Amino acid sequence: MRASLRRIWGLIFRHLALYRRSPPRVVELMYWPILQMVVWGFVTAYLAGAGQGVASVAAGVLLGGVLLWEAALRSQMGFSISFLEEIWSRNLGHIFVSPLRPAELVAGLAAMSMLRTLIGVLPAMLLAWLLYAFDILAMGPVLVAFFAALLAMGWAVALGVTAMILRWGAGAEALAWSVLFGLTPFACVFYPVAVLPAWLQPVALMLPAAHVFEGMRAALLEGRVDGGHLAAAFVLDALWLAAMGALFLRQFEAARIRGSLLNIGE
Amino acid sequence: MNGPALVVEGLAKRFAPDRPPAVEDLTFTLPRGATWGLLGGNGAGKTTTIAMLLGLLVPSAGRILALGHDMAKDRFAALARMNFSSPYIALPHRLSVRENLEVYAHLYNVPRMRRRIAELAEEMALTEFLDRPAGELSAGQKTRVALAKALLNRPELLLLDEPTASLDPDTADWVRGRLEAYRAESGAAILLASHNMAEVERLCAHVLMLKRGRVVDQGAPADLVRRYGRADLEQVFLAIARAA
Repeated sequence: MRASLRRIWGLIFRHLALYRRSPPRVVELMYWPILQMVVWGFVTAYLAGAGQGVASVAAGVLLGGVLLWEAALRSQMGFSISFLEEIWSRNLGHIFVSPLRPAELVAGLAAMSMLRTLIGVLPAMLLAWLLYAFDILAMGPVLVAFFAALLAMGWAVALGVTAMILRWGAGAEALAWSVLFGLTPFACVFYPVAVLPAWLQPVALMLPAAHVFEGMRAALLEGRVDGGHLAAAFVLDALWLAAMGALFLRQFEAARIRGSLLNIGE
Repeated sequence: MNGPALVVEGLAKRFAPDRPPAVEDLTFTLPRGATWGLLGGNGAGKTTTIAMLLGLLVPSAGRILALGHDMAKDRFAALARMNFSSPYIALPHRLSVRENLEVYAHLYNVPRMRRRIAELAEEMALTEFLDRPAGELSAGQKTRVALAKALLNRPELLLLDEPTASLDPDTADWVRGRLEAYRAESGAAILLASHNMAEVERLCAHVLMLKRGRVVDQGAPADLVRRYGRADLEQVFLAIARAA
């Protein structure tokens, strides 16, 4: 157990050392969440100024959605890009012939993803409070649960992306930036699931994020914790993580059979 | 621990049914404390063989026992006691030499990490470069760092892919000296793939000559030279490579 934790720490340490020596990477972590927050902050300021009451509340829901969806996006990218860093540095061969198990690799990448997400999203949260007086912490402890559910969803998607990189090589790396953006319409970040066409609603409800954002709206608009949506989000997270974890392991073994671990960066 | 360092039985790899096998029916036993060479031209199957020995590639057939562990079932137990170096696989360039070695000391669960890194830095003449980014080092310095990484966990089985490629003769000679010293001190077994015949003659007690994925001959370098009636191992290599 101790050796396993140490191997996971070795992987985390490798990425922390990289960030310590590469300030642009740290800036990049914060850049998009802050940019998103500023743009949506002006939109919400406009909405809040244009109308009263409902518009003002809707503005808060928009900002909450922006901040929480950034957590999911950063979580997925943090995982996938940390894996890509090993490909870009041509270090993957050394990693895969070390005693680091695939599960430990996943744990190390998930830990890095969490750190990257916190570094990316916390400044945006602070900015939302300073510039637009939007205090996401007002949601209370349930915010931690929303954050955790979206983090886990980001890991599940990232496992799928990493499996695709193992299958298709570095040619699939564009997925690391794009795939979760494609799910935005179905995640119902800025509108209720009920807005979607009836045939699309079951698709949306298969995503943990749709339940998180339903729960977020219940918390912000009605001041209540919707336990049903929260539980559904975590159950779906577990299912998606299991499915994508199995896909990752399958592609890892397939890559060992094909020999693509030898030239994955090409 | 008794028993050979490496037992390879009927090892084969075929990447596609319509392509010839990259490695076919490879069988050998590498004793502990010995250095063996894996020789062959480009495409002979050396890299494929090493990748299978490291668990990076699943064989199509055959069995590998590394330090008594079946690589098909228990490869991580073996990998913790092995190590590997190749000039074709880099260490992260932005990290300092010390950080790189610390990363791998954690991955290999090396006890008394700082002391071990200091020892290796001294042995490999790296002390003055420890805090310099690995990407800023010369080819020779990078090779020494890669070798230090490969020796971090005091491996009982060391696999080396062209350990002196692109090094000047002085540095290459120094690396060979370090490898000889490590084998003598530790009793480790070393399997090296190389195109440098002088290096193989100096380091290896036994060589496996590969051609089109098969062992076409093997023996001690001096025996091979005698048997083929050539002046040196390079001439033997050429004779084998050019034979139909």
